[in-house]
Amino acid sequence: MSTNMIEVRNLSKTFGEVHAVNDISFDVARGEIFAFLGPNGAGKTTTIKMLTTLLRPTGGTLTLDGLDPGKHQNAVRQRFGIVFQDPSLDSELTAWENLQLHAVLYHVPRAARQERAEALLKLFELWDRRHDTVKQFSGGMKRRLEIARGFLHTPKILFLDEPTLGLDPQSRNQLWTHVKHLNQTEGVTVFLTTHYMDEADRVAQRVGIIDHGRIVAQGSSQELKDQTGTDSLEQAYLALTGSSIRDEKAASGDHLRQFAKMWRR
Amino acid sequence: MSAVYILWLRELKRYTRSRAQMAGSLGQPTLYLVALGFGLGPTFQQAGNGSYLQFLAPGVIGMTILFVSIFSGVGLLFDRQFGFLKETLVAPVPRIQIMVGRTLGGATVAMLQGTLMLIVCIIAGFRPHSLAAVPLALLIMMLIAVVFCALGTAIGSLLQDMQGFQLVMNFLVMPIFFMSGALFPLGHLPVPLAVVTRLDPLSYGIDGLRGALIASSHFGVAADLAVLGVMAAVFLALGAHFFSRIEI
Repeated sequence: MSTNMIEVRNLSKTFGEVHAVNDISFDVARGEIFAFLGPNGAGKTTTIKMLTTLLRPTGGTLTLDGLDPGKHQNAVRQRFGIVFQDPSLDSELTAWENLQLHAVLYHVPRAARQERAEALLKLFELWDRRHDTVKQFSGGMKRRLEIARGFLHTPKILFLDEPTLGLDPQSRNQLWTHVKHLNQTEGVTVFLTTHYMDEADRVAQRVGIIDHGRIVAQGSSQELKDQTGTDSLEQAYLALTGSSIRDEKAASGDHLRQFAKMWRR
Repeated sequence: MSAVYILWLRELKRYTRSRAQMAGSLGQPTLYLVALGFGLGPTFQQAGNGSYLQFLAPGVIGMTILFVSIFSGVGLLFDRQFGFLKETLVAPVPRIQIMVGRTLGGATVAMLQGTLMLIVCIIAGFRPHSLAAVPLALLIMMLIAVVFCALGTAIGSLLQDMQGFQLVMNFLVMPIFFMSGALFPLGHLPVPLAVVTRLDPLSYGIDGLRGALIASSHFGVAADLAVLGVMAAVFLALGAHFFSRIEI
């Protein structure tokens, strides 16, 4: 078995004419916390979707725990937990029911199902609210529940796609504390994306920066600072990706992607 | 198999928690039953066709099941919008099980709504010819529900957002309902209409319900069951196919 949890070689994904991900290669070691950074529309979410079997790559290879997500979909799905950029809870069900549903889908044994759900709900401070439907929860509570759910089936790797989006500093802080704690106690590999450079600097052991579908730099936060001659990750990031705003381009890119998707049917 | 069960259970839980939906989907069929059943009743009687209310009740039961089923299938779009779909799509479970669980859950809900509508019909004065026929009627209701839940899932898998929903309503659900013989007898129709009614799966469902509940059937209950069974298999396969190809 290879020493790396994730190995990506020359990975590409095109939507029609748009190169969302263009020939990227990187590794994530076992037990590592890896931050995948980049401006909006750079290809972060597309990469995560390919790693998590939601999209098929156009070219290149990737393995997760030595397995190809394209060939061994279910084995790969059993190995990771994911917290998506946007919510993915059933808001009509209670917190407890959401966890139980997840546990059944991920073949968690019945005894462990109760025990682990209870432990995680307590850890994420949601135990008292377990019988409330999720639609009554605040944004931070929903996020915490999603992360708890991601850990429920003891994954080997956890994907966190902008998990702190829209959270207050208290919740963000608490969330990363939990993630680091679980990384240390359960040895879970963490692959995260965020727009908050201070978080990446604080939490991640290694950082990869993607821009326009290409990896422009990777290494530890210190290496990136040295490489760019800057003294914070944020400045290093800006030095590498430029300071122009990408929103508009990303929006039109999304549009094209949607359009291409429609016509491929 | 536990994945199928838990997703079935999810549909049921959502249903029992939404009283508004429960009452809402009975509104339109009840309106048809009352307005047309009592409004056209005398004319129907004079034409020598017996009680229109008796004739119409299986039609509005079929209508209830059709609407609830298609909505539940297209409910996939809500799950896509609100993100829950992704949670099921990355789960280490074959997509076919996810699809079957959802579809059976939706079908069960539709059947429960159909049963409620049957009760509404009985309150309005409808009388099944014998109580022994009720199990057969329930079987037919289940088949109708599976057929249209699977169709709804197939459509829901192809649509990207809620914009397409109106299209489905106007160009699929309403024609299926109006061309099914829910409102009129299938005999002595002009040829084009006769052809269209025979192509409509709901025709066989409602005809089967009439066979079971009022002992009057155009195609024969055995033929109705056969057609419904085949349609259910075809739409399940179609729904599973499109569902397995969803990318988000």
